[in-house]
Amino acid sequence: MDNNPYLEVFIDESKEHLQAINDHLLLLEKDPEDLSIVNEIFRSAHTLKGMSATMGYQDLSNLTHQMENVLDGVRDGLIKVDADMLDIVFDSVDGLEAMVMDIADGGAGNRDVKRVVKMLEGIEVGERSTTFAFEPAQQTYPSMNLSIDEFTRTVLEQSKEQGQQNYRVEVTLRDDCLLKAARVYMVFEVLEQLGEVILSVPSVEQLENEEFEQSFIVLLITTSNMEEVERKIHKVSEIERVEVAEFLIDSRLPELSPLEEDDPSDPVNNIKSEEKIASVTSEKTNQRQVGNKTIRINIDRLDGLMNLFEELVIDKGRLEQISSELNHTELQETVEHMSRISGDLQSIILNMRMVPIEQVFNRFPRMVRQFSRDLNKQVNLNIVGADTELDRTVIDEIGDPLVHLIRNALDHGIESPAERERKGKESSGNLELKAFHRGNHVFIEIADDGAGINRDKVIRKAVSNHVVTEHQALKMNNKQVYELIMESGFSTADTVSDVSGRGVGLDVVKSTIEALGGTITVNSELDRGSIFSVQLPLTLSIISVMLVEVQKEKFAIPLGSIIETAIVKKEDVMLAHRKQVIEFRGKVVPLVFLEEVLEVPSSHEKDEYLSLVMVRKKDKMAGLVVDSFIGQQEVVLKSLSDYLSGAYAISGATILGDGQVALILDSDALIK
Amino acid sequence: MEEMSSFLKVIVFQLNEEEYTIPVHQVGSIERIMAITRVPGTAPFVKGVINLRGVVTPIIDLGERLGMESTRITEQTRIITVKIGDLAVGLIVEGANDVLDINQELIEPSPEAIGTEDLEFIQGVVHLEQRLLVLLNLEKVLSLEEALDWKKAEV
Repeated sequence: MDNNPYLEVFIDESKEHLQAINDHLLLLEKDPEDLSIVNEIFRSAHTLKGMSATMGYQDLSNLTHQMENVLDGVRDGLIKVDADMLDIVFDSVDGLEAMVMDIADGGAGNRDVKRVVKMLEGIEVGERSTTFAFEPAQQTYPSMNLSIDEFTRTVLEQSKEQGQQNYRVEVTLRDDCLLKAARVYMVFEVLEQLGEVILSVPSVEQLENEEFEQSFIVLLITTSNMEEVERKIHKVSEIERVEVAEFLIDSRLPELSPLEEDDPSDPVNNIKSEEKIASVTSEKTNQRQVGNKTIRINIDRLDGLMNLFEELVIDKGRLEQISSELNHTELQETVEHMSRISGDLQSIILNMRMVPIEQVFNRFPRMVRQFSRDLNKQVNLNIVGADTELDRTVIDEIGDPLVHLIRNALDHGIESPAERERKGKESSGNLELKAFHRGNHVFIEIADDGAGINRDKVIRKAVSNHVVTEHQALKMNNKQVYELIMESGFSTADTVSDVSGRGVGLDVVKSTIEALGGTITVNSELDRGSIFSVQLPLTLSIISVMLVEVQKEKFAIPLGSIIETAIVKKEDVMLAHRKQVIEFRGKVVPLVFLEEVLEVPSSHEKDEYLSLVMVRKKDKMAGLVVDSFIGQQEVVLKSLSDYLSGAYAISGATILGDGQVALILDSDALIK
Repeated sequence: MEEMSSFLKVIVFQLNEEEYTIPVHQVGSIERIMAITRVPGTAPFVKGVINLRGVVTPIIDLGERLGMESTRITEQTRIITVKIGDLAVGLIVEGANDVLDINQELIEPSPEAIGTEDLEFIQGVVHLEQRLLVLLNLEKVLSLEEALDWKKAEV
């Protein structure tokens, strides 16, 4: 089975298609009328069906086929997209996923899918009278006439059956209206409160870009009466005229479809998440381009390449040394050329290992949907910056901590809809997941607009759990109090739930992130929400260090913690509390003699000057006393063997140009 | 294979004028002595780390670990790298120069009389013509707790 050369490709591609289906289903849930999304799902499902049938995975292909039938019904407007229907489709996607995983583990991909298939069939049957093969047309719609496509018709007919009214609302803005887009937004907000906008002419996008004269028309499904609609819209200022009329579904078949392919018909959503949609569309085009240019490489091979390259770098260092000793011009030129090439090679290899954080973020929309359903909460997840790239080593580690943080935000952060309404907020909470680069770091922020952190509650809990004493707590500022929730054995949830709140979690998150060389901070405002901000190094494998010499030993100090270097005279050293300190830029800074701390065998006496590396840990400083500075260098970080992992003030090791190992100092441990 | 023939292939090395053995399947390579970088705050028998083909590998002085004096570095000194689970460690020995097949039936439990402290490191002894080979219990020699316990006591 494993010998099948196509199997790996099949598994990878199936996973991709399943992910695509998942993503699009979530989009569809937000935007049930957008047929272009259904088409995307259909395409993925269809490919998956074809592939699995070719590979001989019958169950997989059967289930996909059934799902396809349902999607077909949706496309034809015969099946309505709602939460229950989506639940079943999600279920079947889970089933598909399980089968693909089984195949990946060497199984036959068999699975009892009868139940799900039955449910899918249940959705499908009953409404299969006529089938319209319908593809959204591409035309834009400059005219002011409302014409509807088959799908919209169905929706209108259905709403009529359910006793709702279909209105054609024509809104004309005043001539002197300055911010037309803003007015449009406000009008749409009013309309959304009244009912559902299923169509607008010009399109929402055009409206947003102010590509219209003074008036626009929307189709509104609502339970309110005409007068009410008119009155409410008039509340928005700078409106010249509002005309509300009942929209009659005429018998004439529409010739044109006003729906553009990428025009979701839920306008409010559209306006709000402008940025997101922009990124979605750009992703779409990107994917198309990239699709032709990438090949799959096994990660082990990349790691192998990296290891080999590291050795090459070390040999290069040796060669440079030898050539400078030999003083042979041609040799030197060749070696210099080689150095340049290996520098380029290094950046390429490192780039190859960078993967978009999307890989991690991908699974969150599903997860958030599931949790919020479990918790009976309504949550909008907004993901920003999914294309931010991180080294694979970091990506592998960051998933679990983020899951914890998101669970935490959903469980403890965002309140129940009733609670939110009581506080005067929208009933559905917002959760934003944002990744971005800054300097040599990647930031990931998880922000919710929930309850925030209750300072008093935290302190009470911390005191009763003996994390701090009452006396200490009184002196803490808000930020310090918030950090308490990440201490071990801390949980402020009133009840322990399945999602989070077992008292393990945030402290684990904190230590995982710190182990990755990152930091986590939390900020919060009561009843306004909390932001957890995670800062991570771009890569775990290469860091910038300052190489220093202590007696005959070389040590590397991470550049990140160094403020500056200094050389002071011995007589400038003072004693305070029997500790040696110096005055440095108006501050008294304690000195740490590395020779003593690191028990370096002494071979020569120090001269009358002290070379200092000033390091910082949060607001504390220290001066590390070394013998000499060698220079700044990018080094490949190697973990110290488990055997030595507890070594004092050493965070890792690296291999220098001469092939020797140099230890990387953990300056934080040296600052008391 | 080993089980079937009940023969154990071992590497023989010298330490303090005695002959010790480690099963071949636990041995990664045998290296000449190379530059060792000291790691502060570790047990005295941990000599530091070396760059073993790109992997930072800790080195321990096996003699010192077994309670003898520290090994004097000579031309004959070798580093035997061994692997137990995920742990790769280099052992400094006085010389390594032989590979033997030992009939497992010949392995006797370690004689109680030799000593007391370092007995736990010994899995058994083999009498082979004129030679007495000591079979090391590597798991014990490399036990992580020992290395860390030492540190705790010291700090």
